[in-house]
Amino acid sequence: MLTYTLKRVLQGIVTVWFIATATFVAMHAVPGDPLANQRATNEQIRLNLEQRYGLDRPVSEQYLVFLGGILRGDFGISFTQENRRVNDIIRENFPVSATLGILAVAFAALGGILLGALTALFRDRVPDLAIMFLVILAISVPSFVVAAFSQLMLVDINAYLGFSLLPVAGWGTLRHMIVPSMVLGLGTMAYLTRLMRSSMLEITSADFIRTARAKGLPPARIFLKHQLRNAVLPVVTVLGPAIAAITTGGFVVELVFAIPGLGRYFVEAVQQLDYTVIMGTTVFYGAFLVSMVIVVDLLYGWIDPRVRLE
Amino acid sequence: MNVAVRFSPADFAPVVAEQQLQSISRPSLSYWQDSWRRLRQNRRTFASLWAVVTLGVLTVAGPWVWRVDPAVQDIDQISQAPAWPSSALIVPSYTPWVAVTAMPTRQGDAVTNLRLAESASTQAVRLVWEPVVGAAGYVVYRSVYNPAPDRALGLPIGEVLGADQVSFEDRLGLEPRRYWYSVVVTDENRAEQEAYAVLVIDAVRTVSAEDAELRGWVEDASALAPGEQIGLPYHPLGTDYLGRDMLARLLYGARVSLFIGVVAPLLFVLVGVVWGSAAGFLGGRIDQLLMRVADFVIALPFLLFMILFKIAFGIGPGESGVFPMLVALVLLGWPSTARLVRGQILQVRQEGYIAASQLLGARTGYLVFRHMIPQTMGVILVTLTFAVPSAIFTEAFLSFIGMGVAPPTPSWGSMANEGIRTMLSHPHELLFPALIISVTVLAFNLLGDGLRDALDVRMRGRE
Amino acid sequence: MDKQPPTYRDPMSRLAVRQLLWLGALSLAGFVALMGALAWASSITGGSAISGRAVDYETKTITRALAQEPPQLDSTRATDQVSIFVLGHIMEGLLRYDASNRLVSGVAERWDIRPDGATFWLRDDARWSDGRPVTAHDFVFAWRKIVDPANASEYAFILYYVKNGEAINGGQMAPEALGVTAVDDRTLEVEFERPVGFFDKLVAFAVYLPVREDFYDSRDGRYGADVEDLVYNGPFMMTRWVHGAHLRLEKNPQYWNRNAVQLNVIDMPYVTSDTAAVVNLFKDGSIASATLGAEQLDDAMKLRWKLGRYSDGSVFYIDFNFRQERLTSNFHLRRALQLVNDSGELVNKVIGLPGYLPAVSLFPIWLNGVEGPFRQEYPPPVVTPDLALARQHLERAKQELGVTEIPPLVLLTGDAPIANKQAEYFQNLFQRTLELEIRIDKQIFKQRLEKMTSGDFDMVAAGWGPDFADPLTYGDLYASWNGNNRGKYNNPELDEQVRIAQNALDQQTRMDAFGEIQRILIEDAVQLPNYERGLVYVEDPRLKGVVHRSVGTDPDYSTAYLVENP
Repeated sequence: MLTYTLKRVLQGIVTVWFIATATFVAMHAVPGDPLANQRATNEQIRLNLEQRYGLDRPVSEQYLVFLGGILRGDFGISFTQENRRVNDIIRENFPVSATLGILAVAFAALGGILLGALTALFRDRVPDLAIMFLVILAISVPSFVVAAFSQLMLVDINAYLGFSLLPVAGWGTLRHMIVPSMVLGLGTMAYLTRLMRSSMLEITSADFIRTARAKGLPPARIFLKHQLRNAVLPVVTVLGPAIAAITTGGFVVELVFAIPGLGRYFVEAVQQLDYTVIMGTTVFYGAFLVSMVIVVDLLYGWIDPRVRLE
Repeated sequence: MNVAVRFSPADFAPVVAEQQLQSISRPSLSYWQDSWRRLRQNRRTFASLWAVVTLGVLTVAGPWVWRVDPAVQDIDQISQAPAWPSSALIVPSYTPWVAVTAMPTRQGDAVTNLRLAESASTQAVRLVWEPVVGAAGYVVYRSVYNPAPDRALGLPIGEVLGADQVSFEDRLGLEPRRYWYSVVVTDENRAEQEAYAVLVIDAVRTVSAEDAELRGWVEDASALAPGEQIGLPYHPLGTDYLGRDMLARLLYGARVSLFIGVVAPLLFVLVGVVWGSAAGFLGGRIDQLLMRVADFVIALPFLLFMILFKIAFGIGPGESGVFPMLVALVLLGWPSTARLVRGQILQVRQEGYIAASQLLGARTGYLVFRHMIPQTMGVILVTLTFAVPSAIFTEAFLSFIGMGVAPPTPSWGSMANEGIRTMLSHPHELLFPALIISVTVLAFNLLGDGLRDALDVRMRGRE
Repeated sequence: MDKQPPTYRDPMSRLAVRQLLWLGALSLAGFVALMGALAWASSITGGSAISGRAVDYETKTITRALAQEPPQLDSTRATDQVSIFVLGHIMEGLLRYDASNRLVSGVAERWDIRPDGATFWLRDDARWSDGRPVTAHDFVFAWRKIVDPANASEYAFILYYVKNGEAINGGQMAPEALGVTAVDDRTLEVEFERPVGFFDKLVAFAVYLPVREDFYDSRDGRYGADVEDLVYNGPFMMTRWVHGAHLRLEKNPQYWNRNAVQLNVIDMPYVTSDTAAVVNLFKDGSIASATLGAEQLDDAMKLRWKLGRYSDGSVFYIDFNFRQERLTSNFHLRRALQLVNDSGELVNKVIGLPGYLPAVSLFPIWLNGVEGPFRQEYPPPVVTPDLALARQHLERAKQELGVTEIPPLVLLTGDAPIANKQAEYFQNLFQRTLELEIRIDKQIFKQRLEKMTSGDFDMVAAGWGPDFADPLTYGDLYASWNGNNRGKYNNPELDEQVRIAQNALDQQTRMDAFGEIQRILIEDAVQLPNYERGLVYVEDPRLKGVVHRSVGTDPDYSTAYLVENP
């Protein structure tokens, strides 16, 4: 187990390096001048700006500078937020995105597993149809609509009640976290419900379940120890990238609910060609994703003993 | 007692071989034939199959039946909800109105005699009033609700400066409905008086003969005389934010959206299945390598690489880049399927019959395609059905940033994106594309369900 | 018949459901516990404390939202709207605008503007928030910093009116050569590069704000980065800045005019650019004001909100590419397009937002001329849409260009929703009337700037906002030496008029020159004016005295006050 983990960590580092390099190359290949702005500047100022951000050096040298920076843990200064270091930006905003993301994933995973199991149990009956209908709705409606809609509903509920049950936007207390994390996790929950349902149905008709029943095992125990545990595996597979995706993809929710997360910076950085922020956030997320994947793979071995990790 | 059993030679005649052996009660079915049979029997799935076919027919034949150009902007009927056909009154062409002035003689807080200079139409609403001494200017408000009693005057649509300015022309987004206009006096500091004058009018839908000709409703403007009614183009599902027919846009949009929404997922699931099964089955170093490549692809910043693809494929400005978008979607979308499939294969690999088959001399390809992939069908089909709306919305997002389809080509995803903005005021702009996306997703979902049941090996041979 | 997998309905499902419900309850409890843990964790790492409601009469607090995190609060480098809004409240320059938009004294008590220079006498009681007095040296230091090329200020050009400003910025002279001196602590002497009659209006702009040298140096390059990296001489000071999340301004007790400031706290705990979210916050009673988009107007009328409207000063138009190889350099083609352009239809039917005015000229309606409004004194030549004439010009263009059909033209545009609508409208308009194919090139910000600079477009949807309240801020846009003239329009006649406007002292001469510029721009079909932007907003009725401006700090809360019962 230990050697396996070590091996994976090493591979992870190599992967992150590849990600960083590919992004660096892509970023410099994309047209657009990160220093251009609405109001044109003269030559001298341009040169000075380039110097300040190290853009006057050849690209290969910039790459080495950047790599050196990563090794020291320093991503440089943001181009757009001119007085802030990228490290600070990540340090201040990632915990918010992470909190939002963890809650969303927890909500999605728990909800998905439970609802999926429920639909498999009540196959083709009312609970199944109702849940499936909601699932279809959840994925056919773009996330912007869900977010905007839920905010509207909150406003109406607060107005109806006469007091503020849940805040409409913002971040900071427990009450601020509830709705945004549910909205963020909704799409993934729908997906996990379907996955869970599908794999539950397969497992249920498997031979070993029949054997267990034939042996007279208590049905509850069959359900918990055998069916659920086996069916959960695809869900776990998806969870790794899902965590990373949710923490990155929180952009829409962060915008609508005025949440100071990293997702907004990530998207705006690409639009503004803020090189340092793009590189910093990509490398950071890459590392995060890779570690999530490692965790998930280790979880595999624990959940399903048949899977031998080499 | 000795009982002699009599045997005769006939007793030793050989038994006649029976020709009629046990007959097979029904024909032998292959895996695919069995699956198709089960598919046909599942009513819900069969219905969804028909739904998918209907969508396909709509896509191809729809624009032939409903022959309206989706790019034509019917400026007079912007953002109109589905309604019955309407008509408009022909009026003379619009001529700019000269502002009316009059010297104020009265004292007072509010103007008096607020009235229409001519009949109110959607072309223009022209107000005049009597001025007030001491006014520095007047502000004109318009509302679709009665301002009384709490002075909710509505939208401030204009301001005129000067005590002697007594006219205002409103042309802002006029619709054939009831409006309340209010005029308020302001002083030198642009502060408003509490009192206001109000006028209720009903605007009549009008159009000029020249405009009718410009828009192609008649051949020649002189054929129409003011006072006549002319029928306006009918939009059964309403119009969008530029007055384009929703139904036509949905039908044309189907082409792009269904193409992307079906082909892209099929392709990247295919790639993912191949990748994932190779990784899962082969194991060891190859598995690690393949999976690390998958991780690498997931971690790349999507937007950045989309821009890069756009450049790389040399899509000119304003050109539709459907094929590059397809390539981009596939190239960046396969990793999650690969991971899922690999996970399933890892589970299935340990099963006894795999080892048995191997011992019997089965080749890898046979094992993977004949035994393991059918086991993963459930997961694959779920991913496939979820990939459909995901591809549609990704396409909308890409068109938004300039990749994908160029305006005015419609697509369901971009129609939904545009509709979000007017969600409150004109919900139909969001409702229809969202609805048809939902129907598509539902159809594919049910089809996927049924296919999974049909293709499920474990159910084979059962009724 | 549908195939059912073998499930024993009753004993199995009932027990399993009970188990599922148990699991569900446990997970819910676990989920809530997780939320609680995360909330506790975020509060100890300094999450933002949420203030009360929109308006608090007792504590004289108002709450509002911020469109984005201010990227630059160093006044020598700030360029964007949000930073200028914050700076306008925490700093004060020599002069400022009052509630009636007149120029009144700020840090300068008296001033004298002459043809060759200006003198400002600073007041004695102007103080920084740490108690030290605001001196003339602070202005000298700041202005020198702005023209210093090492500082790379994008607004340095606005100091070119001061002697040697341009030369210093081009690296030819040292910053100390700038024509501004502190005669003593209370007197500032400015020397002009060339006569500028509107220097008082320039000086009110955010870029001319003072910066204290000793404080700046003590921050070690981090001036403006955080709350402790700034010192304030304006009506408010910043007391809390959680980046991207929360900005809080409180009344500055050291401000010389503190008796006129009636609000104690301006709290901004919401940072989002989504209009709908801000309106929802207003509906919920969390913030005191919101700007409305077209889609929120119906709702606003239904809720019977009191709405206000003001012009934000900017003008939007379609620019052409005048480079030789481009078809749009041909006058007749441009004239044909000009003759089918109806900005009234665009604003009234397509955009439909009150506050937007159909544009007829580059110079917006709020500019002042010699004595009254500029557009009244110099009415722009009227262009009436004329389809037949437009078609004639198109034919001429085809002849001159030597083509039988005009090839597709590229319209470069951004990704904002209104820009979108506008582009699609024009695509259809030109296709319908002149049978021209227009291709819409949608680009996000940096790519669009890149294309504009390199000239990779035929037409581009552009706009310009004013830097100071004089027609020159628009008038020099098309001068051939102006870097912002991205279409590279080159007309010696126009250049001549711009020089007159820049150098003449007499207001009448200058305004005549602007009138000429306006005429040339229209008669030569240099641009297609679209609209003058305005905004519709809603404010809490208990909040009064907020000033909205086209030029300057907007909105301005320094004279705002609260009433208990509106």
